[in-house]
Amino acid sequence: MTEDQFDAYQSLAEESEDHRWAFGTGFTDPLEGVDTSVPDGVDAVALAAYCLMLADDALVYSHRLQQWMTRLPELEEETAFANIALDLLGQARMLLARAGRAEGCGRDEDRLAFFREEGEFRNVRLVEALDADFAELTGRLLVFSAWRLALLSELAGSADPVLAAIAAKGAKELAYHRDYAAQWVVRLGDGTALSHEKMQAALAAMWPLVGELFRPDPVADALPGVAVRPEALRAEFDAVLDAVLAEATLDRPPATPVALVDGRGGRDGVHTEAFGYLLAELQSLARAHPDATW
Amino acid sequence: MVTGRNLRAAREAAAAVPDPELPMVTVADLGILRDVTAEGDAVVVTITPTYSGCPAMREIAHDLRARLGRAGFADVTVRTALAPPWTSDWITAEGRRKLRDAGVAPPGPAAPAPAGPVPLTLGASRRRPVACPRCGSAGTTQTAAFSGTACKALYRCDACREPFEYVKDV
Repeated sequence: MTEDQFDAYQSLAEESEDHRWAFGTGFTDPLEGVDTSVPDGVDAVALAAYCLMLADDALVYSHRLQQWMTRLPELEEETAFANIALDLLGQARMLLARAGRAEGCGRDEDRLAFFREEGEFRNVRLVEALDADFAELTGRLLVFSAWRLALLSELAGSADPVLAAIAAKGAKELAYHRDYAAQWVVRLGDGTALSHEKMQAALAAMWPLVGELFRPDPVADALPGVAVRPEALRAEFDAVLDAVLAEATLDRPPATPVALVDGRGGRDGVHTEAFGYLLAELQSLARAHPDATW
Repeated sequence: MVTGRNLRAAREAAAAVPDPELPMVTVADLGILRDVTAEGDAVVVTITPTYSGCPAMREIAHDLRARLGRAGFADVTVRTALAPPWTSDWITAEGRRKLRDAGVAPPGPAAPAPAGPVPLTLGASRRRPVACPRCGSAGTTQTAAFSGTACKALYRCDACREPFEYVKDV
């Protein structure tokens, strides 16, 4: 082993004031050295709100996927979902940092992730549910990644160069997340009678929350050229879902009205019952040791 | 002031930093190191993440500061560049050779960015065959699309039966 090869491992054991391989608060800024000034003519408040939505989708869903670790049927699926959760966590970190900078109130990614209340989160409710089984896990990943891939592909042309760069990077990742999920949905849908039945039931269970992904949103409307209007993503999403479901011999669940509470949903800070428990787990350590780094 | 020969020395020191996950190659081999410039007394190093969640970025920044410090550059700024996004096509020929020598299959060419929606892949693999880094056989099978780090997939050689890792083409 050369000195160079050895150094990478040696450095892990070095005493350092820097926080090494930190798992918790105290990360370095993922946008360090990136010009995060808001372009002229762009509403900074709306940009912050928009980035926060997309960050929350990824953060919450990543946490849900992490909860599957050690519970999956094969080691290969463990690594797959761990990698997907890590990609989404990385996207969430950059988007939270982008939101914090655009907002300009000094909130960093940790402050936004760990010290907001339930009603301040803006994620869609599709990502909150605890998957009942492997069919729901893979079905939800297909729906989420097909939608988010369409979204990030469009956002790669955003007039905000930071958002465009985060999206262009994320789209590459979502492409293989979607392929992976689609292959499982086909395998289960076109598998045994039991796996087909479970996959069909999984889609039916999550379908009432799918319409929310395409609800018109005033924040997106306030950011022409910067944000993507959610309703514009429906055609690509439908085409992808139809292709996968046909191959999987599954039926698209009947269209249902978007489930809302008094006209409000996840983007308005109204969440499902499962979300409070998820957030408690996500935030408890950081809140028990505020400002700790390790 | 950092100028001329000094800057060349800084570039060499930065380029020699090994990747924490793939220590057989350097950050320059992988295309993570984008630029080394001088701003007054400071050396400014620009790096780009391979994947959004790559946890090695922090480690790389630390190693860059440490190595440049040992080379006599106390004032080091590490910046992140997000655009254009990293592609496995940036891995150098030398990097590919080192990977292969260490038993890791280097990536094939990345798919070009699609003009319209990203095409869906329902088959097991759309990729050209991945050659076994050990025996060179093109008869290999993907056993998992993911591996221990974000940048790799798992394969098995059908000829020599050895399992190996493949650096994904993205």
